[in-house]
Amino acid sequence: MDWQLATVTAIRPETPRVKTFTLSLPQFTSHRAGQHYDLRLTAPDGYQAERSYSVASPPEQTGEIELTVELIDEGEVSGYLFDGVAVGDQLEVRGPIGGYFVWPAGPPEAPLLLVAGGSGVVPLMAMLRHRQRAGLRNPAVLLFSVRMPEEVIYRQELEGLAAADSSFTLLLSYTRQAPPGWAGYHRRLDAEMLVEAVAHLPVPPQCYVCGPTGLVESAATLLQAQGLPDAAIRTERFGPTGN
Amino acid sequence: MPFVNKGFHAKRPTEGGHKLPPGQYETRDFPVLTAGPTPRIPLVNWEFRLEGLVESPAKWSWNEFNALPMQSFNPDIHCVTKWSKFDTKWRGVSLDTLLEHVQLKPEAQFVMAFSYGGYTTNLPLADLRGGQAFIGLEYEGKPLVPEHGGPARLVVPHLYFWKSAKWVQGLRFMADDEPGFWEDNGYSMRGDPWKEERYRSDDPDAPDEAHFRL
Repeated sequence: MDWQLATVTAIRPETPRVKTFTLSLPQFTSHRAGQHYDLRLTAPDGYQAERSYSVASPPEQTGEIELTVELIDEGEVSGYLFDGVAVGDQLEVRGPIGGYFVWPAGPPEAPLLLVAGGSGVVPLMAMLRHRQRAGLRNPAVLLFSVRMPEEVIYRQELEGLAAADSSFTLLLSYTRQAPPGWAGYHRRLDAEMLVEAVAHLPVPPQCYVCGPTGLVESAATLLQAQGLPDAAIRTERFGPTGN
Repeated sequence: MPFVNKGFHAKRPTEGGHKLPPGQYETRDFPVLTAGPTPRIPLVNWEFRLEGLVESPAKWSWNEFNALPMQSFNPDIHCVTKWSKFDTKWRGVSLDTLLEHVQLKPEAQFVMAFSYGGYTTNLPLADLRGGQAFIGLEYEGKPLVPEHGGPARLVVPHLYFWKSAKWVQGLRFMADDEPGFWEDNGYSMRGDPWKEERYRSDDPDAPDEAHFRL
């Protein structure tokens, strides 16, 4: 798996602190939804920094990948991507990488529960986009926890998907500030929320949980407590590190 | 001419004379990375085993294990997800101490570490000897918490940290190298951060055009 020089063909703001970079790849290898790429920056003095970014685009979108990047405070790589990179620039990447946090990992008709915190939604979006592009209609729920309305990455697309596809349910939860008139969840992820999310699905689902450590730990433990087997709960930590 | 990102430069110099392996950055946090839910292991049920290619297997209860001679370790650790953390403070039992309790068969060359919760990772036996590896029971002066692999985790700081199996239950000695959990999912068989052996295709013996299950 060699490094290759991708060309930035589009940069799309998703939220005030999140941008999606479309990279055209000279050597495109079809990825699985949930996989990531490594990105490497090289300074003139030879210093190199690498980070991993989940692919947001589905494998059906060939020849290019979309990486959705959150700006991290003091972030060496995200800071450069936000301020130093324009359409037409080149970036070194290699991938796709990661064989466990991928969907489908079993029968694609099995119900799917996706739980995201913040930018943890990115690999889950690749799964939803793949599901849609492949014409799969397995029952699916995305429980997406954000602090406030302007932080909902892919909002339009997710709401459109939920409106057009009755087998997909979008459950948003705002932990700090909800939009005016909001009747949905307005709290941190808890046991009741996960019970309700699972209840939207006909049989116990395959679960993918991605977000900051606290959310992932708590969601995985609560799903376990509902009797879901460990093998049905796949987790990935994302975003600024904590603990 | 090697590729350069114009205008890019290091934001933070590395402090205190520590060296970062290629592609790594320093973090002050201790990030948590696992593939599934965190197992909770009651200490009364906990045991640690050495098995496989040994003349007779060894087994310790929690109390027996804690009665073994302990040492302090202050390694720099390196995660394949790119973070490194300097001067981590551990207490635990050296693998050299544990290996005194078994007689290895001569063909034993590799080890599969196995964990509560089903995690496995493979290592060359040579990477566990000579003061290079230990079973960590305390971190920063406190019992190791489950999120970081408690009650006990393998710590092999000179390899990427996924080799340092959390919730470790035992070691199985083998004649041939076999992939563990992440290795079976495309990661390096040895994982030397200084050679940047992150993925199977980075391994010196990786076939040129092999298609791994990445």
